Amino acid sequence: MKLPVKMTINGQSYSHEVEPRLLLVHYIRETVGLTGTHVGCDTSQCGACTVLINGQAVKCCTLFAVQADGANIMTIEGLAKDGELHPIQQGFWEKHGLQCGFCTPGMILSAYQMLERYPKPSEALIRHQLEGNLCRCTGYHNIVKAIEWAAEHMPAKK
Amino acid sequence: MATVAADRMFGKSIKRREDPRFITGRGQYVDDLKLPGMTYAAFVRSPHAHARIRKIDTAAAKRHPGVVAVFTGKDMTGVNSLPCGWDLRKEKKIPGVMQDLAIVPHMPLTSDAARHVGDPVAVVIADSHEAAVDGAEKVQVDWEPLPSVTITEKAAQSGAPQIHDGAPGNVAFKWEIGDRAATDAAFKSAAVTVKKRIVNQRLVANAMEPRACVARYEDATGDLTLWVTSQNPHVHRLLMCAFVLGIPEHKVRVIAPDVGGGFGSKIFLYNEEVVCSWASRQLKRPVRWTSSRSEAYLTDAHGRDHVTDAEIALSKDGKMLGLRVKTTANLGAYLSTFAPAVPTFLYGTLLNGVYTIGAIHCEVTGIFSNTTAVDAYRGAGRPEACYAIERIVEAGARGLGMDVAELRKKNFIPKFSGAYQTHVAVSYDSGDYGAAFDRVLQMLDYRKFRADQEAARKQGRLLGIGFSTYIEACSIAPSKLVGALGAGAGLYESGKVRVHPTGMVTVFTGSHSHGQGHETTFAQIVADKLGIPIEQVDIVHGDTGSVAFGMGTYGSRSASVGGTAILMSLNKVIEKGKKIAAHLLEASPGDIEFGGGQFSVKGAPGKAVPFGAVSLTAYVPHNYPEGLEPGLEETSFYDPSNFCFPFGAHACVVEVERETGNVRILRYLAVDDVGNVINPMIVDGMVHGGIAQGVGQALCEGAVYDGQSGQLVTGSMMDYALPKADMLPMYETDRTVTPTPVNSMGIKGAGETGTIASPPAVMNAVVDALAPLGVDHIEAMPLSAERVWKIIQGAKGAR
Repeated sequence: MKLPVKMTINGQSYSHEVEPRLLLVHYIRETVGLTGTHVGCDTSQCGACTVLINGQAVKCCTLFAVQADGANIMTIEGLAKDGELHPIQQGFWEKHGLQCGFCTPGMILSAYQMLERYPKPSEALIRHQLEGNLCRCTGYHNIVKAIEWAAEHMPAKK
Repeated sequence: MATVAADRMFGKSIKRREDPRFITGRGQYVDDLKLPGMTYAAFVRSPHAHARIRKIDTAAAKRHPGVVAVFTGKDMTGVNSLPCGWDLRKEKKIPGVMQDLAIVPHMPLTSDAARHVGDPVAVVIADSHEAAVDGAEKVQVDWEPLPSVTITEKAAQSGAPQIHDGAPGNVAFKWEIGDRAATDAAFKSAAVTVKKRIVNQRLVANAMEPRACVARYEDATGDLTLWVTSQNPHVHRLLMCAFVLGIPEHKVRVIAPDVGGGFGSKIFLYNEEVVCSWASRQLKRPVRWTSSRSEAYLTDAHGRDHVTDAEIALSKDGKMLGLRVKTTANLGAYLSTFAPAVPTFLYGTLLNGVYTIGAIHCEVTGIFSNTTAVDAYRGAGRPEACYAIERIVEAGARGLGMDVAELRKKNFIPKFSGAYQTHVAVSYDSGDYGAAFDRVLQMLDYRKFRADQEAARKQGRLLGIGFSTYIEACSIAPSKLVGALGAGAGLYESGKVRVHPTGMVTVFTGSHSHGQGHETTFAQIVADKLGIPIEQVDIVHGDTGSVAFGMGTYGSRSASVGGTAILMSLNKVIEKGKKIAAHLLEASPGDIEFGGGQFSVKGAPGKAVPFGAVSLTAYVPHNYPEGLEPGLEETSFYDPSNFCFPFGAHACVVEVERETGNVRILRYLAVDDVGNVINPMIVDGMVHGGIAQGVGQALCEGAVYDGQSGQLVTGSMMDYALPKADMLPMYETDRTVTPTPVNSMGIKGAGETGTIASPPAVMNAVVDALAPLGVDHIEAMPLSAERVWKIIQGAKGAR
């Protein structure tokens, strides 16, 4: 049995017939073909699959695709606008906040929500807010620096 | 730190050139690949730690909709065992004694018995991932469960279940190094001897990207392409073609595209990539397999798992007279690719540390158990050596009643360059060990710390400091030497420099980057040497179809070995360029010098041609030297003359919460000496990551098997605790710079230092923190709050 789903991803609308058991992350990666969202675990620990669903940072391995029917989703591919990097992306580049790059999309989108909630986070707050994202390369030092850099360079809210 | 001239690219912290694709989600990892007609593989694995296979019934699985094929080990006729690339039996000449290594079969799909939980017995291949997984559930295996043994100390005890016919008593090998008689004599003459059990627990690498492979066989041409999460694609190809599948190497192309971390776990040839390659040839369709994280815990090679009795002999005034080490190393159920090398030649040979020690003797017993195979994990043998030394040195200082810093300072090998012959075969290249330690003491303000600690203790606070100094053998390795030690391969590296007619440069390197940033650092070497903008340089790696040959990336060898191969080719390019420039400038080649991207006549700076004009002439050779071949492309293979030996000193300050046992790291300081540095930002980043992995080992990580059932109880990220951002501090790092004389760039290697130095620093700090309670040693890691709380409750001074 397959069910219809329809959602908007990075401003583009998609509709498919999918198995009810298909995870949203596999829908995004395999069905839609946006492979910037990664799968690093099978227990919702690593955070590599973090995307924004209706503005909320969500590990999209925790949802079935059918549960996201009608949702507005942004993946890492949708963050840079008109070829211009978002300040968080720029911060990760400036501060060497990545090495192998595998956790990076999830880290960046977690940071996106973090900075919406806390525009000027302290180091301790950043570390606490990264509770749901694992990185095995950087020891987190430069990820914290990258997010601090982004916080300093975010455009003022209107 | 050394400053860098403004016009040099070597030594600059430039931003990484690979980052734009990663921060925009456009990296290309193996699991991102989708090919027309692709099938998906799912493996049927043993749920038992040890069980005989009576029968495998695949009929129901084969009938499952979408299933294309089901194979068991019996179907894989003509396929051989996965090889162990390091054979200790060959070792004869170095001062170590070896009993025969038990080389046991390791079939891609086992058909007689399963020897650890997760051992693969069948593969189901289907049109979709879901159908493959469903099909795998329908494979019926008739198991006869057998008693198992997983615990390191118990595996070689009499009465333990026998795992392989070819390894009586589950002993894989016995190995020793050093001078037993001299060490015994040193202990007899010592004023103080201290003996401790030191356990270096089993770890799982946990690269964030799980292993994956896609195999595509093209029937029309007979070509097989394997995309695989590999740190060394040529090694994968060689082992698979020559040893396992017996297929022609020149018809196989192995591609390791973007790879999401390795830490050793992606060096080895694994069952799954062999099975998928073989299956693709049978089915004539592409086959993809991606490990789930749970499968990764069961099948990625594990690391460490040593149980060691270490003993130090000291004179009254604190001179190190002798070191005696007895280690049992758990190798798991099978011998992984490098397994026997790790607890022997990469461990025993580093036990001299950075100290002048009177005599050393080390015995290692390698044992089989019903656990996942153990092989190299970041540091590989060297962290285990550093851990044993640095824990026993601090225990020795306490036994002697001497300050831990003072004892170290009394025993450092004095500054040298060229050679320091250790008691354990290797000869160090250059070192100034006391300087690194002094720097860390200075950064820490050690005297002030001890005063603050005294004050804190009076308030009942448990504040501690731990040090570690370390040495490691990098730049792996001189082929002749490792061949004598039992390596099945040479450990050189290749580097090709292709200068295009317009002066653009493509470099082909046998090193592989899976986070190290070679696309930046190698390009820095090129831009620096040729004096051209870095934008004109591209680095190609990870593809046997374009790179001549390569031994890959591990053992902190890429910059020192891979980078030197590139530099050699650059020198050849410049030499040839001088001949072309001499012709164009109507001068003698001996009078041409090269610098700043210009070939010029010595003493006549106005007479010059730019690099791009020379490259164009090489490809449009109308006005060209007689007898010189057109083109500007050079290949070099660099085989180092010795290992390089980075070193350093780390310090960790902790506070232990008495009520909960929680350990909080207040400061972590690292002074590393990795020789010359191409990109300080990247080296710092690797140091940070290494520290975090070592802190993880000390405080939270550990692969735990249930002693009864043999089940891996830490088989997911929910159960295996990886370090998170909020348990780590900002690291305070610095460097001393002692270039190696081994290679012309003076680079030693920087990828593993943090992982090597940090576990003993953290552990020593916690022991120091608990010292007022009467704690003088802690045997086991990780120091979970529960374990520390129990230690506090059991301590004399706590009652």
